[in-house]
Amino acid sequence: MTEQANDIDQETGIETTGHEWDGIKELNNPLPRWWLWCFYLTIIWGVGYTIAYPAWPLVSRATGGLLGYSTRGEVVEQIDAFETQNASLTTALTEVDLAVLDENPELQRFAISGGASVFRSHCSQCHGSGAAGGIGYPNLLDDDWLWGGTRDEIAYTVRHGIRNEVDPDAHWSEMPAYGQIFEREEIDDVVQHVLALSGQAHEAAMAERGAVLFADQCSACHGEDGRGNRDLGAPNLTDAIWLYGGDPTSLTYTVTNSRFGVMPPWSTRLTEAEVKAVAAYVHQLGGGE
Amino acid sequence: MSSSDPPPLYAAQEPIFPRRVSGFYRSLKWWIMGVTLGIYYLTPWIRWDRGPSLPDQAVLVDLANRRFYFFWIEIWPHEFYFVAGLLIMAGLGLFLFTSALGRVWCGYTCPQTVWTDLFILVERWIEGDRNARVRLREADWTARKWQLRLTKWTVWLLIAVATGGAWVFYFTDAPTLLRDLLTFEAHPVAYTTIAIMTGTTFLFGGFMREQVCIYMCPWPRIQGAMMDDHTLTVGYRDWRGEPRGKKHENTTGDCIDCMACVNVCPMGIDIRDGQQLECITCALCIDACDDVMEKIGKPRGLIDYLALSDEPLERAGQPPRPAWHHIFRVRTVLYTALWSLIGVGLVFALFVRADIELTVEPVRNPTFITLSDGSVRNVYNVRLRNKLGEPREFRMSLASDDILRIDVEGADTNVLTVDPDSTTLTRVYVTARPQDPASTEDRTDLRLWVEDVGSAERAYRDTVFNGRAG
Ligand code: SF4
Ligand code: SF4
Repeated sequence: MTEQANDIDQETGIETTGHEWDGIKELNNPLPRWWLWCFYLTIIWGVGYTIAYPAWPLVSRATGGLLGYSTRGEVVEQIDAFETQNASLTTALTEVDLAVLDENPELQRFAISGGASVFRSHCSQCHGSGAAGGIGYPNLLDDDWLWGGTRDEIAYTVRHGIRNEVDPDAHWSEMPAYGQIFEREEIDDVVQHVLALSGQAHEAAMAERGAVLFADQCSACHGEDGRGNRDLGAPNLTDAIWLYGGDPTSLTYTVTNSRFGVMPPWSTRLTEAEVKAVAAYVHQLGGGE
Repeated sequence: MSSSDPPPLYAAQEPIFPRRVSGFYRSLKWWIMGVTLGIYYLTPWIRWDRGPSLPDQAVLVDLANRRFYFFWIEIWPHEFYFVAGLLIMAGLGLFLFTSALGRVWCGYTCPQTVWTDLFILVERWIEGDRNARVRLREADWTARKWQLRLTKWTVWLLIAVATGGAWVFYFTDAPTLLRDLLTFEAHPVAYTTIAIMTGTTFLFGGFMREQVCIYMCPWPRIQGAMMDDHTLTVGYRDWRGEPRGKKHENTTGDCIDCMACVNVCPMGIDIRDGQQLECITCALCIDACDDVMEKIGKPRGLIDYLALSDEPLERAGQPPRPAWHHIFRVRTVLYTALWSLIGVGLVFALFVRADIELTVEPVRNPTFITLSDGSVRNVYNVRLRNKLGEPREFRMSLASDDILRIDVEGADTNVLTVDPDSTTLTRVYVTARPQDPASTEDRTDLRLWVEDVGSAERAYRDTVFNGRAG
């Protein structure tokens, strides 16, 4: 500060800092004093801030700060706040009769948007994020339901699941593996009959023989006309929807080895309100009855 | 300052006591102050009927519901480009005025200038003009000094509260908020905002004043880039004024060194030293000097709006070029053209805004759904927006010759009701029977029509239908 080498600017008579860029020199004008105070204030504030809030990195974690603030804590608080805010809707949803849910549009909207997130975190792994399912995992967008497509029926399926050992109320049925009952030709005949039932190309003579076997063995569950039975989760064989494929190869495999699709019960992991919400969500995807 | 004496690192604020002045520019500034303050304080109280379910405040920035109302215009967040456009226009407008007339924004309309002016006015009413104020500052803290100071601070504080108070009215319904504020039921955010605005107004208008302009504000530096030799700014005709002298002799110039121009300057500078960073071109020194020139019988305009490019002419004894010569030049014409282009664009965009706002988003997860009878269904998320104050009914349909069928989720008809001031998202189904070509083809073009049942206005969106091959 005390070196005297700096020039005095001719125009203004003010000392320069001695810094020069392309012939332009910087005047050594004093800063305003209030600016200095503000500068000190920010330093004090900065120190205070690192004491009040998490700041200094230590070996495994940072200092916690006197105010005990954490971003995670804030998220938890926000979730709690929203849950409190939605408490009355959640209670209403727990108690609502799903059959008349659409008489209460506000509750229905709440259920659908809540159900959408339940679906995404718990159901989409098997049924797909767009609910279109896949081989062995039912498509929830169409108008065909194995165990029923009203909101209540969907909620029951979600609550108890299908063919699981956990929930005694789970939907249950089991198709025999006809590979151990039928001869190879008989299986082919039955497959031809099923193709005929669903209006696909088939061998008429074989289908006729298959019809007899079908009436004898299959109609108990799938119905005389092959339209299935929802009490037993027996699929309708006359429509265009096939869970495991409706082509001769897939059908032959199904008849020979049977299928055994399992769904876990969700009542153990979801609240009643969440079960109803996801049922309401699935119901409005296009297939709801 | 001798060269053996290093300059101080930090300087205390020099007190400034602007003297009262009258004249053309002062009157102009009073008018501008009245109009701008009037606009600021009164705008939130103007009412504008928009129907029962929308607010009736003419200018309202409804942050909570993400709406901006400006008289008959209503802007939703997706139309924020209007605001962006207005900001760009404001920027270009500033460029235009600065390149033509220097820091007119600073001198006449900047809130910092307007409120400081108001605070100085109050100061003068209570403590007297310049000399009285200088004396009062030097005086001991007697009861009279306390009384004057406290009165002044109280009035300042009242103005500051009113300023902060008016600000929040732009963001909520003003009458309701005023009642809530007075009964201590308003939201803490309102009180905090008022407190902060009150504090800054009080501090900036009462104590910081020129410090804000010199050290805190970025505009002066930016404005410097907009000016050139033709820009008209406040300047001193030193070729006419110098050598200055008290005596009325032929050897001296017109300046009698009365310090009138220095004493009125709110920035505390001497314009005779030439154009300076501190000068906000408030033109008060022009008024002060003209007054003196008239008294001593010399022509006005020793201090005046001048363009640097005229200086050689004037030094050579010729008259300056007319103002329009300086104002109309490529730069200002370009700024004006750009400014009006954006303005016209915005007005155009405002008038072609669709009455039916509609988006159709085909659901692609999955691309199609097979129904039990073999039909193929596609799902479309249709978003309809109703900006009006009443509910609107919309009928969805396909082009009349289309054999595809349309359904709306959860409804028996294809008529949708959209609540006032809201947007609905609806799943719309389009189905092709197994025998329709669309069910097997890869893609079929589709036109979705929406008709406002009340007004019969129609709008459509083109999209595609995916068949089984797709
Ligand atoms: S310098 Fe900044 S604060 Fe001062 S009058 Fe100009 S724009 Fe306003
Ligand atoms: S020099 Fe003149 S124009 Fe500039 S700020 Fe001072 S009074 Fe205003």
